[in-house]
Amino acid sequence: MEADKINQLYFSDVNQPIRYDRRRFLKQLGRGIIVIFSLSELSLLQGWSQPTNAQDQEIDFNAYLRVKEDGRVDCYTGKIEMGQGIITSLAQALAEELEVSLDQVDMVMGDTKLCPYDAGTWGSLTTRFADPVIRAAAAEAREILIEIASEKLAEPIENLEAVNGSVYVKGDVSRNIDYAALTKGKKIVRSLTKKPEIKKAEDFKIVGKSFISTDAVAKVTGSAKYAADIKLPGMVYASVVRPRIFGSKKIAVDTTALHNFSGAELIEDGDLVAVIHSEPEVASKAAQSIKITWEAPESKADTETIFKYFENTITENSVFEEGGNLESGKQNSEKILQADYHDGYKAHASIETHCATCYFENDKLTIWASTQTPFGTQKELADTFKMPMENVHVKQIFLGGGFGGKIYNLQAVEAAKIAKISGKPVQLVWTRREEFMYDRFRPASLVKVTSGIDTNGKLNLWKFDIYCAGTRGTKLFYNAPNNLTRHFNKSDAHPFGTGAWRAPGNNTTTFARESHIDATAHAIGQNPLEFRLNNLKDENMIATLKLAADTFGYNSPKKEGHGYGIALGEDAGTFVAIIAEVKVDKSTGEVHPVKIVCAQDMGQVVNPHGATVQTEGGITMGLGYALYEEIEFDGGLVKTRTFSNYPFTTFSKTPKITCVFMDKMNSKPQGGGEPAIICVGGAIANAVFDACGARVNRMPITPQRILAAMPL
Amino acid sequence: MKQAISFKLNGKQVTVAINGEESLLTVLREYLDETGTKYSCGLGQCGACTVILNNQTAQSCVTYVDDFKNAEIITIEGLSNNNKLHPIQEAFVAYDALQCGFCTPGMIMNAYGLLLKNPNPSREEIISEMEGNLCRCGSYNRIINAIASASEKMFK
Repeated sequence: MEADKINQLYFSDVNQPIRYDRRRFLKQLGRGIIVIFSLSELSLLQGWSQPTNAQDQEIDFNAYLRVKEDGRVDCYTGKIEMGQGIITSLAQALAEELEVSLDQVDMVMGDTKLCPYDAGTWGSLTTRFADPVIRAAAAEAREILIEIASEKLAEPIENLEAVNGSVYVKGDVSRNIDYAALTKGKKIVRSLTKKPEIKKAEDFKIVGKSFISTDAVAKVTGSAKYAADIKLPGMVYASVVRPRIFGSKKIAVDTTALHNFSGAELIEDGDLVAVIHSEPEVASKAAQSIKITWEAPESKADTETIFKYFENTITENSVFEEGGNLESGKQNSEKILQADYHDGYKAHASIETHCATCYFENDKLTIWASTQTPFGTQKELADTFKMPMENVHVKQIFLGGGFGGKIYNLQAVEAAKIAKISGKPVQLVWTRREEFMYDRFRPASLVKVTSGIDTNGKLNLWKFDIYCAGTRGTKLFYNAPNNLTRHFNKSDAHPFGTGAWRAPGNNTTTFARESHIDATAHAIGQNPLEFRLNNLKDENMIATLKLAADTFGYNSPKKEGHGYGIALGEDAGTFVAIIAEVKVDKSTGEVHPVKIVCAQDMGQVVNPHGATVQTEGGITMGLGYALYEEIEFDGGLVKTRTFSNYPFTTFSKTPKITCVFMDKMNSKPQGGGEPAIICVGGAIANAVFDACGARVNRMPITPQRILAAMPL
Repeated sequence: MKQAISFKLNGKQVTVAINGEESLLTVLREYLDETGTKYSCGLGQCGACTVILNNQTAQSCVTYVDDFKNAEIITIEGLSNNNKLHPIQEAFVAYDALQCGFCTPGMIMNAYGLLLKNPNPSREEIISEMEGNLCRCGSYNRIINAIASASEKMFK
């Protein structure tokens, strides 16, 4: 799917079904027993999917499994692995039903030639939709194997069972035949048509058990390949000449100094100006020698004025949720509280920068690119060069972090253009400075909130105006009979590219909502935990909050200078409750996160260990946006260009983290990669207030902002 | 003008022609195809390119020829022995102290350097020695536990 489309969906968490005819796959498949299926909202399986707008009865699919002639199982999916652990959890779900061990499953991911189309890896969609479907497909394959065994062993099907890669005659272990023997010489293709049945938790052998990531050994030995680890014969390194200010247009190019660099070759294509050389340092120095006159767009706002700019210039809005009547809500409220919440631009700052390695052979392009959307990249490249999709092959690769930032693939287009023009294999690795300019940042945003409470301490009024952060996760889970949630947005509001960032705007809106709920509780002298329990309407959220409070020991006494803060949120179908303990140095405003407890209701947990790693990771990353991260800018001039002026969470800043999951092993799995991160900002803000009385309504919650907000 | 320089890489003598301006990271990754060591910031601010140079940790992206010629260098590729993982690598696997894996070689090499000079570091010493290595996926606590466990296995 195209990046802009994903962006739109990502911010709203609405999954739009799309259809692709991939019948060509069936033709090119090798031998074995093959079951095709869908791992996402594309699934037509009722009860496990969003409805689709398919015009005919053709089953669409974005994954398939194959039991090979050697008895091993391949699982092909267009999804990619970027650290979120699906290379392990998808294989677990498959192994569970196919009755094979985890190490007999090989995952083939994100290769546009080998794998069926997939829209992209984003939105915590994979596990939400994969688990039941992949198990149903594996069950179907198992049934085919048993059918074949029934002929070979001359036994009726009901007398047979599959165990650990073989089919046995029940009660006679000496009569068995393994999957390799059953598969040899066969080509059977079926599409999954049955509604998957959820195995009872007590019957699980592999799902629900903890497994270490299956790619861990490749990653600790340095043998795992990322896009810039591919080295091609005759390959050159490209370095692109960039403007100082985002959005600048090229006026004139002066290349007179280029002759000082022997072997350097100039590539020019519209606004793209680059140098290639067989040595990367020379390419980079030669590119710096090129002087370009740019016409820069005028600055309309900077780090400080952007929020006022949004408020003054964005009037267009849409109502997301509405109930009761705001006026009567106001009149019946004992106390009304209004506040604005601000959040700055955030970078993805993946440790791997955007990179691509590629070559043209005749009219065919082969590319290894750090992308969360291999098929989107394939289409973008095919469109760029006006060539058929099948002439672009995006290869399987590991990603060094994505977090939404690698949905966009400018680097792949640049590398391919340079390869096309030069006729040479090309590698383009963005420098960290380029990454901080062409990253599509999480947008800055403003949220204006009004709450009203009646004489019984019940929320009676809730007005939530969101600027630029989207509506994902903002459906009210508190009881507030008179409510209005609106989204104000304008596509050209930002001075540089913006996009999806791990649970996008839900980080910002959850910060605003949970800060305001906390402030409202304090305004009427109520304990924030009690106030939430009194006003929540969703039973799952109440149970999740209670689990967090019990695990944390919310009523335990606090040390001097320490504070506790709660935040609740919903993302990708998962309910999250985080309670943070921080210590604030009142003289410096310095915040030390001490302890974080996260409770989640994420439905069935396929790999509890993997889910814990994801949740810990989200919380650790979230501390960065809450406390440290902010892009400084003046219009398109991005001032934050290195890690040293974009601090994020480090070893010394990571608190003790405890993750607990509601026991829902018999229900459908929900998202795991993103949800936890949304609550970090609110929990930290509320803990800071509890510790020192400073209510900071702007993230990051820096020492200066804390000192400025400290009560006298 | 190219010059031929030599150093010992993972126990083997290597000779490579360089123009003299390359970082050690470029020499390793682009000239010798040892791609386990990663580029991330190019300024010595993140630790992804950490290697061992004469028994000390070094950020290879800001290490230049005067410092690496004739030196003894160990990279992530040189840690395991005949496919047997080094105890630090084993511990990283056992604790799943990684997600995307891109910072992992640098983390492991920095941990290796730390244990060379301090076989029994306290938790605080691990944190302070590892502080310059960035992990965006947020595996820090697992990495600390992995290093503590490796130290235990190797030296007790």
